[in-house]
Amino acid sequence: MVPAFSLNGVIVEFNNQPVLDIGELVFDDRIIHAVIGPSGAGKSTLLRVLNMLQKPTQGSVTYFGNPLPYNGANSLAARRSMSMVFQTPAMFSGNVYDNVALGLRLRDVKTKEVRAKVFQALETVGLTDLTKRSAATLSGGEAQRIALARALVVNPRVLLLDEPTANLDPGNVTIIEDVIKRIPHETGITIIIVTHNLYQAKRLSQQAVFLNKGKIVESSSTDEIFNNPKAQETKLFVSGEMVY
Amino acid sequence: METLYSSMLSIVKLILSGDKALYEIILLSLKVSIAATTIGMLLGIPFGTLMGMYRFPGRQVVVIIIYTLMGLPPVLAGVIIYLLLSAKGPLGELQLLFTPTAMVTAQVLLVTPIITGLTMVAVRGKEKLYLETAVSMGASRLQAAWLVIREAKAGIMAAIVTAFGRAIAEVGAVMLVGGNIEHVTRVMTTSIILETRKGNFDLALSLGLVLLAISFMINGFLVAGVLKYLQRGEQY
Amino acid sequence: MKSIVRRKLPMTWALLISLLLVVTLSTAAYTAAAPKKPAIESEVTLATTTSTQDSGLLDVMIPAFEKKFKNKVKVKVVAVGTGQAIQLGKDSNADVLLVHARKSEDEFVAQGYGIKACDVMYNQFLLVGPKDDPAKAAAAKNAVEAFTKIAEAKAKFVSRGDDSGTHKKEKSIWDKSTIKPQGSWYISAGQGMGETLRMAEEMGAYTLVDEATFLTNKTNQVILFKGDKDLINPYGMIQVKSTRKKVAANELIWFFISPQGQKMIGDFGKNKFGKSIFVPDFKWRK
Repeated sequence: MVPAFSLNGVIVEFNNQPVLDIGELVFDDRIIHAVIGPSGAGKSTLLRVLNMLQKPTQGSVTYFGNPLPYNGANSLAARRSMSMVFQTPAMFSGNVYDNVALGLRLRDVKTKEVRAKVFQALETVGLTDLTKRSAATLSGGEAQRIALARALVVNPRVLLLDEPTANLDPGNVTIIEDVIKRIPHETGITIIIVTHNLYQAKRLSQQAVFLNKGKIVESSSTDEIFNNPKAQETKLFVSGEMVY
Repeated sequence: METLYSSMLSIVKLILSGDKALYEIILLSLKVSIAATTIGMLLGIPFGTLMGMYRFPGRQVVVIIIYTLMGLPPVLAGVIIYLLLSAKGPLGELQLLFTPTAMVTAQVLLVTPIITGLTMVAVRGKEKLYLETAVSMGASRLQAAWLVIREAKAGIMAAIVTAFGRAIAEVGAVMLVGGNIEHVTRVMTTSIILETRKGNFDLALSLGLVLLAISFMINGFLVAGVLKYLQRGEQY
Repeated sequence: MKSIVRRKLPMTWALLISLLLVVTLSTAAYTAAAPKKPAIESEVTLATTTSTQDSGLLDVMIPAFEKKFKNKVKVKVVAVGTGQAIQLGKDSNADVLLVHARKSEDEFVAQGYGIKACDVMYNQFLLVGPKDDPAKAAAAKNAVEAFTKIAEAKAKFVSRGDDSGTHKKEKSIWDKSTIKPQGSWYISAGQGMGETLRMAEEMGAYTLVDEATFLTNKTNQVILFKGDKDLINPYGMIQVKSTRKKVAANELIWFFISPQGQKMIGDFGKNKFGKSIFVPDFKWRK
């Protein structure tokens, strides 16, 4: 099976300081990957590289076998095949319906189809009764669920989640995790979730990669990482004893 | 006080009189200001959006220039256009001096930096939050710009209202390049100056109050109407 | 001896007291007879027309006046349209007027707003226009005929159109010609003299201009007609009756009509333009 992403020698520098330095990393298709690591490990930067929001200083990324096009005519098509949910979602002014429909409208989906898809996505996150609410008035949990619906409505091949449940109450965390867990079975897409919550990574992912100081420390199955870590750093981190 | 009171009376009389000259002046004021503001919007909103969304070397210098031009003295704008359009000037052949077109041109020079600058500030305030989200959601460059503009609409509205206010209340430039010619280029502000110089403070004040009332109505219309238009895209 | 001394004492007192009385009284009488001259106010407002100020005459006259009073008085010159100048007087916002609109001036005095009205000087108006003179106004015998030719040729004419002294003069000439100027050739500018002159230049139009403004603004127009009695422009000076600067207002008028002031008016312009612009003709009005 062709992997969703394959990174080779990717380096990202800010002001000539490397913040991400990845020798080789593969994200297999149709499973959930967790990216874990302490703050400042480069987790979000990695996600931004995959979403083409950040062009690597060096190295190459392939996307389903083809080079990920950071510029040019193909980049829009590539980006439209993936979705990303940010830690703090930015809701556009207007109501919830418009926010969920936005991705479809940007892709020129017919108005008739938009309606059905929006309601389906809202049903997935359990918020069909909020369609007419102004997006500005949503609570943090509601907004994040809407952001998830907004990401899923376009049927992405890849879903990138950047700390989607940080700062949320336990009820909403559970709902969001349930949605995430169901997705691959229902649609067969690749999910990459960045999280600092080890239990969340354990609960959701099949594969995990542990980043520290911009470098890959260990990458294997979630089971291996948590139950049989190879590197000393990983051991410390998963046992919650890492000092940083 | 007496003057104020009697102007209140004369303002009512003035409007009810259906004085053709008065309506002609009001109409020209509106035409010139609306034309200048519209052209200013067509130039300033795209330019301001670009300035608000993108960083490039030398941007800081351009920003300083825009801010400076926002405070361009109207008379200076008038002198520049006057010299350009003067019979002896580079564009003298066009014979545009002392026409409403010349007035619009001078006002465009005044309002475009205002619209550009305020749009830039408004867009810059929203760009951080919305541009990346829009791009990530699959917006093309143009779509992303439009989404950011839509989020910045309150600020852009303020820009348009400010520009229109400046245009309709401006006197130095239109006096110079328009010439305050009766039935041709006489607008409300130049009439006010003229009546003041004649010692007709009553009439001058009445005209001023009419100007204020018209500004109020136009701004009300702008705020209500344009806001609605900008929101329409989200509500179908 | 003793008794004599005793008798003399009251006499001495009486003398002393009466002497004191005399001195005190005479001092008081002297003071009353020659009251101290009231001090001049520190400022006075002169409302005048833009054309007067633009000519530069006031730049010569005002400093000389202030110097005469050792700069204890400051003249604030407000240069506006004639109508506004007169209104400033009516509203007591000016102390002295120097304007050129005889009819309005007479009304101002007749309505009780002004005193000490006098003729101060006059200058002349010129009919100027483009060199090619399409209306052949230069061939006219008098101002009225020149205006008539312009109207008949429908040649462009820029009018001040602001009820200023110049505009009133222009209207009086049209009245005499029995032509009611209207149509696209007649441009009512509603602006000051300098602006109107430059507009006329830009448009290749005729206009009526005072000599001072014409000499000051270097336009490419030519004088087509001058010297008619209809083109005389008399300036008057009036003290605003309600002024609170009575001394300064009075002194200012007296300075303009004094032999020294009149000579300065007559000499003004000889250096700058090679000829005088204003002709002094002081005369009190009835």
